[in-house]
Amino acid sequence: MIVAKNLEAALFALREHDDARVIQGGTDLMVEINFNHLKPTTMVSLRHIPELRTITRPDSNTISIGSGVPYSQLEIEPVASVLPALAQASRTVGSPQIRAAGSLGGNLGTCSPAGDTLPVMFALDANIHLQSADSQRTVSIHQFMTGVKRNVKRQDEIITAVDFPIIDGWQGYSKVGVRNAMVISVASACLVADHESGDVRLALGSVGPTIIRCRETEQWLKDNTSLTRNSVISPDIAREFGARASRECSPIDDHRSTAQYRRHAISILAARLLQKAYA
Amino acid sequence: MSTTKVEQRERDILGVSAIRPDGAAKVTGDFSFTSDMNAENMLWGATLRSPHPYARIVSIDTSRALALPGVHCVITADDVPGKPTYGLISSDQPVFARDYVRYMGEPVAALAADHPETCRRALALIDIEYEVLKPLTNAEDAIAGSFPPIHPDGNIIRHQRIVRGDQSATGPIIVEGEYEIGMQDQAFLGLEAALAIPDSHGKGVELHVATQWLHEDLGQISACLDLPPQNVRLILGGVGGAFGAREDISLQVHCCLLALKAGRPIKMQYGREESFFGHVHRHPAKIFMRHYAQSDGRIIKIEARFVFDGGAYTSTSPAVLINGITHTQGPYKCDNATVDGWAIRTNNPPCGAMRGFGVVQACFAHESQMDKIATAAGLSAVDVRLINAMETGDTLITGQAMESIAPVARCIIETDHIPLPAPLAANAHELLLPGGSGLTASASHIVRGVGWGVSMKNLMYSEGFDDFATARCSIKEGVVYLKFATSEVGQGFVTLAPQIARSVLGLDDVVVEPIDTQIGSAGSTSASRQTWMSGGAVDGACRLVREQIFQHVGKQNNIDPLRLVIEGTDIIDQIGTFRIAVREAIDGLSISETFEHHHKPTEELDENGQGNCHTAFAFVAHRAVVDVDPELGLVKVVQIATAQDVGRVLNPLSALGQIEGGIAQGLGLAVMEEIVIQDGKVRNPSFTDYLLPTTLDAPDVVAKMIEEYEPQAPLGAKGIGEPPCISVTPAIVAAIRDAIAKDLHRIPVRPQDICL
Repeated sequence: MIVAKNLEAALFALREHDDARVIQGGTDLMVEINFNHLKPTTMVSLRHIPELRTITRPDSNTISIGSGVPYSQLEIEPVASVLPALAQASRTVGSPQIRAAGSLGGNLGTCSPAGDTLPVMFALDANIHLQSADSQRTVSIHQFMTGVKRNVKRQDEIITAVDFPIIDGWQGYSKVGVRNAMVISVASACLVADHESGDVRLALGSVGPTIIRCRETEQWLKDNTSLTRNSVISPDIAREFGARASRECSPIDDHRSTAQYRRHAISILAARLLQKAYA
Repeated sequence: MSTTKVEQRERDILGVSAIRPDGAAKVTGDFSFTSDMNAENMLWGATLRSPHPYARIVSIDTSRALALPGVHCVITADDVPGKPTYGLISSDQPVFARDYVRYMGEPVAALAADHPETCRRALALIDIEYEVLKPLTNAEDAIAGSFPPIHPDGNIIRHQRIVRGDQSATGPIIVEGEYEIGMQDQAFLGLEAALAIPDSHGKGVELHVATQWLHEDLGQISACLDLPPQNVRLILGGVGGAFGAREDISLQVHCCLLALKAGRPIKMQYGREESFFGHVHRHPAKIFMRHYAQSDGRIIKIEARFVFDGGAYTSTSPAVLINGITHTQGPYKCDNATVDGWAIRTNNPPCGAMRGFGVVQACFAHESQMDKIATAAGLSAVDVRLINAMETGDTLITGQAMESIAPVARCIIETDHIPLPAPLAANAHELLLPGGSGLTASASHIVRGVGWGVSMKNLMYSEGFDDFATARCSIKEGVVYLKFATSEVGQGFVTLAPQIARSVLGLDDVVVEPIDTQIGSAGSTSASRQTWMSGGAVDGACRLVREQIFQHVGKQNNIDPLRLVIEGTDIIDQIGTFRIAVREAIDGLSISETFEHHHKPTEELDENGQGNCHTAFAFVAHRAVVDVDPELGLVKVVQIATAQDVGRVLNPLSALGQIEGGIAQGLGLAVMEEIVIQDGKVRNPSFTDYLLPTTLDAPDVVAKMIEEYEPQAPLGAKGIGEPPCISVTPAIVAAIRDAIAKDLHRIPVRPQDICL
């Protein structure tokens, strides 16, 4: 275990050890290790790197959240009023102990379709900063996640931060689980209503191999409404919006739920979020 | 979250909310659970389990594991010196599988090594060749005889009928249903753990273990080890909950065998995943019930068929079956019944004891039926239950007379008097709505329902079993010492026993001696029985000591001892003016008395299910108020109102703890807790996917204790552990039905059952 005190040291360690795995809060990785699913030989701890724990405003339209900022910080100000959907999603992650340790970097690194904050990133078109000892690049979340627990991050790269646009509009997140807290998502949705552009964006979690951005549904809404800040969504529009969203997902049956229920839940969540956005 | 007030303490005597002696240590993390124990020169033990529900063992090769540095020994069925099997009722479960594995997770081998990680690596080096067989997973196949026996004892564990009264009786109201109950896990927090220390000469062993019944373990362990019972000493380790899951042997024999073979102390502890495979669960069951009733709602006759899936080995299935079918009628009068009950062997995980023990399953069916009768008769949920409410003196469908105090109507009425919660506010906080932190709904999406459940539960063991309890009371230098083998699993007997001694003896310094097998059996900490049984034994032993104190004081002061009584901490002459502090009176006295408490004898059932098979009964009513999101199928239980027949409250705080805890466990079964099995394989052996209620799922509990002194109970108090979790489940399901106007006949109720 290499405990890096700054980003440079961590990147150097990754370059030197091509078998190395990075660990931040450990809320996913340690479970895998404890169950013997992973046997890393070298680990680089990012826990004590101050650069990864900062929240900055690179410009007036962007908030940049360090990959190591724990969820417990994302639930509160200054993030909560700027990114309410991210705050809501963060609140649904595990228990208070998990939220004190886990972070966006971990959610992105694991890249599970059930990752709670990923739909927020998809709905807000977030950008992911990746850095290696030799280079750095910024990748759209849409390019970042490529499949179930698969992403484009190279072994020598560290996810340093996530940039979220600050929008003038409404955003919200909903998640269905079989109990009222501390539960893995059965289906989740994040909806963003951008009042400046009039666009509505919807992303779904746990209902496909990746997070699903409902571009056809979004386009249908755009074609059939002209939304402004003061619009009111009719029940028919909401219902159709939900139905179309549920057709864009491709859920499976597993021990947590059924594909049929997941599809149904998406139709309800999407419709409710849309109505809430214009309530 | 209780709204019931708890009184302030004075002396910690009976009736007072004495605080647990281990409470602070548990809250602060200082309490030593069995898994925290260590010994010098200790090795670690681990178990290899079958990945298949049913397979023939072709070969076992342990040589690669033995060759791994750090591994001390590997044991299989060949290394069991004594009886190769164990079991609570039928000794049909192998210590290690031989020839066949019959459930996923069945132990095949165990080993000892210098480190848990060495154990884990060595387990992977044990080579077992299996011939995988098609598992028996449907109990009906076993009943039909269409599946070859998966065990030499056959696929039927027990079949019992109850036939009573007029078999041709019928009535104007006929309601029926097929009910299904999923497999619930006890989910105690303190995982299975033991530390075995071999005697230096290798002919005996001391086992520190978290268990519910030291003496029963002792008998089974010593038989398997082929050691005389006196050479096996059991000491209760710190136990973190039990709920029935520690009645059966899990790692006890393995741990002792490894210790004896290695000649060194062995510690074993399961992780959460292994725990799901390492203990029995609540029986999944399918129950058909048909009620015939008068047009006014009075029950005429019940027909029922119960199928309990016992899994691969017997465990307590025969007793669970009897409990289930003998509670078919619930707490209601019924003269005529035809009940057919089956406990079946399958290749599913073994099932056995869990809080409620067969009655949980029966209650879900009979309470669902009561609501159907109410609808047919045009009665309210309360009135249909009141009109049928059982009373002391009634005859049960087994022919047994109800001799216990039976305040069924009072439980219902008192529950009904508890105020309903305020209606859901339009601006209710989203966290408190169904969906909770997932923020899936606003108040406008929610509908509220109210439902009822009432239950009867037998206390103590049944069918002729003498589950006596033993206790010793000693006084020395003014201090009372209590000795018993009663397992403290969290229920609070270590709090109650000193309360009894203080009340009986008027002395405040009470020491509970180590809980081990150096005294007679206390019976199991189960069946809601320890307050009654071990409480009776402690009470009896303390009374014997008190008699001697009175003799001594009488003689010294020339007073007939019969005139002496304890008042507070004094001995007084009831007729005269004599008074002396007990502490002073016993100066120099050293007394020790042992007492065994036996309950009244019971009988086995005959072929028609007739017989006085049960010892005593307790009753409870639950009313559930539930908010439902009908579109998403999500549920929030808002309030549980309950009035429970407790006989007499001995510790209000402890009693309330049992009630709130039981309600949470019953809520779990109603809406989320289920071990998902597919083709004999457990799909969710973790707390990530086996969901237990959280704070956001827990309801407000408003509890009322119905105190009608039970003359048959030594302290007037009935057991209170199981009733809270029994009828709360059907009450919650009834409330969901009430909210969405849809029949639900399976628990746990899943979101898709509500909204699709």
